[in-house]
Amino acid sequence: MSVSTEDGIELTGVTKRFVTPTGSTMTAIRDVNLRVGAGRFCAVVGPTGCGKSTTLTLTAGLERASAGQVRVFGKPVDGITPNAGFVFQTDALMPWKSVLDNVALGPKFRGMATRDALAEARRWLGVVGLAGFEDHYPHQLSGGMRKRVSLAAALINKPRLLLMDEPFSALDVQTRAIMTNELLRLWEQTRPSVLFVTHDLEEAISMADLVVVMTAGPATVKAVYEIDLPRPRGAVQDIRFTPRFLELYRQIWESLREEVERTYALSAAATAQRAAS
Amino acid sequence: MSDAPITPRGGPAQAFEVEDPLAVAARRRVRNYKRTVRAGQIGTFIVIVAGWQLLTHFKILDPFFAGSPWGIVLRLADWAVHGTAYGSLWLQIWVTMEEALLGFAAGVISGVVMGVLLGEIPLLADILGPYIKMVNALPRIVLGSIFVIWLGLGLPSKVMLAAVLVFFVVFFNAFQGVRSVDRNLVANARILGASRLQVVWHVVVPSATTWIIASLHVALGFSIIGAIVGEFLGAQKGLGLVIATAQNNFDTNGVFGAMLIIGLIAVSAEGLMSIAERRLLAWRPPAASETSQAGL
Repeated sequence: MSVSTEDGIELTGVTKRFVTPTGSTMTAIRDVNLRVGAGRFCAVVGPTGCGKSTTLTLTAGLERASAGQVRVFGKPVDGITPNAGFVFQTDALMPWKSVLDNVALGPKFRGMATRDALAEARRWLGVVGLAGFEDHYPHQLSGGMRKRVSLAAALINKPRLLLMDEPFSALDVQTRAIMTNELLRLWEQTRPSVLFVTHDLEEAISMADLVVVMTAGPATVKAVYEIDLPRPRGAVQDIRFTPRFLELYRQIWESLREEVERTYALSAAATAQRAAS
Repeated sequence: MSDAPITPRGGPAQAFEVEDPLAVAARRRVRNYKRTVRAGQIGTFIVIVAGWQLLTHFKILDPFFAGSPWGIVLRLADWAVHGTAYGSLWLQIWVTMEEALLGFAAGVISGVVMGVLLGEIPLLADILGPYIKMVNALPRIVLGSIFVIWLGLGLPSKVMLAAVLVFFVVFFNAFQGVRSVDRNLVANARILGASRLQVVWHVVVPSATTWIIASLHVALGFSIIGAIVGEFLGAQKGLGLVIATAQNNFDTNGVFGAMLIIGLIAVSAEGLMSIAERRLLAWRPPAASETSQAGL
């Protein structure tokens, strides 16, 4: 698949600083340069708390970059990025709305008539395998089912860009494997560009075309790896045992491990300092 | 029966449950406990009322100051049949309820609107914050005097006082509710394409509803207090005036009788509120709050 990188996501020299409640500034990411072509699946890995999620919120237009430029589909991000879907780490479902109403929110917000929106939502619940649960409230579903609802709610707007922030990290291992396959299946149908933040390297390699390793905070891009495993990938559980997967895993882990160790050392030092003072 | 599949609803699984001796025993324990509680409640009532009646009957307590249950019943019957000094008893009840309900409605609506507005617009909240706290710190009953001067002895001054009492309770809860909305939900709605107003309507308000409804129980009591106190300060009709008159005549039974009526009104209003609450918050998982409320 040959696509020009112009049409995807492009971060150029992006830095984001936050002002903390105490008045000091905190740099979340620093000088991030990243290009993801249209229709490509990019996984971002890095140590915990390094600012991976900031990359997502900047791309979604929820926050402004302090410096540098974020461009999506060739246009600089200014306000909420149109044509984007976001799947959060925790459920972002409205607990007071039924599953069907939750999924129908996207089209409704975009001006579709309620009846059409509900019909479309019903169809999407079928796609994610939740037909028959339309009238349930989110709290009546299991974690995996709620995640399916979130996916349907994000995909119903047919986003050209899908942003995911450790979407499966709260699920148990088996459910997670099922959801990973499910996501790949859905993605291969419509092929949006994906930015997928995770701390699970196996998950990253088995799903993505591109794995980005970020440094310990303030984060910047350390290395980008092309994942040349063939598509469709099939069951991600099986691909993990292929020699090419293991080779890639060893290579990327080598790079990631340094950052993880640095983060650990930094936090250990900070803890010791706090204990001493 | 033994290899009947366990189905989620109805069918063999339920029949199986009915015959399970453990389940039967557990249900019986729950039933017995409930019976004990009910018996205890009725017993407490009988002991207090009978004790009161006996103590005043044998003049151990002076019935002039303490009143007596039977005296209260006679007083209420007299009011019901011959009316109070200001017209029929039902008219007094209606007047007070009207004031309380209008005040409640006005206070809740203005409290929710202001709470959402200030919660959504931090600049406004920061500017108005000190003034609202100042007014809130005032013993609001003294506002009653101002309202009587401004609005006279009729209905508006009582409605105003009730509304002010209700407003602050609801306002602070609505404000806090808006402030504690899950940021993820807001972000999600924005990405899905919601406008600012749509975010408020679909995310902020429903999410603050839990907080607002929690305040309504207190607010309801305050609306009745507002109406009664307003009538104390100056009125031509209403239960507060009936109490004030009974007080001036040292009619202890009259004071207790009016108190009883107000209590009954408050309890039934509270019951209606609980029903409304259950319907509005039907989406919530059964939480500990319900059981704790049942306990109190």
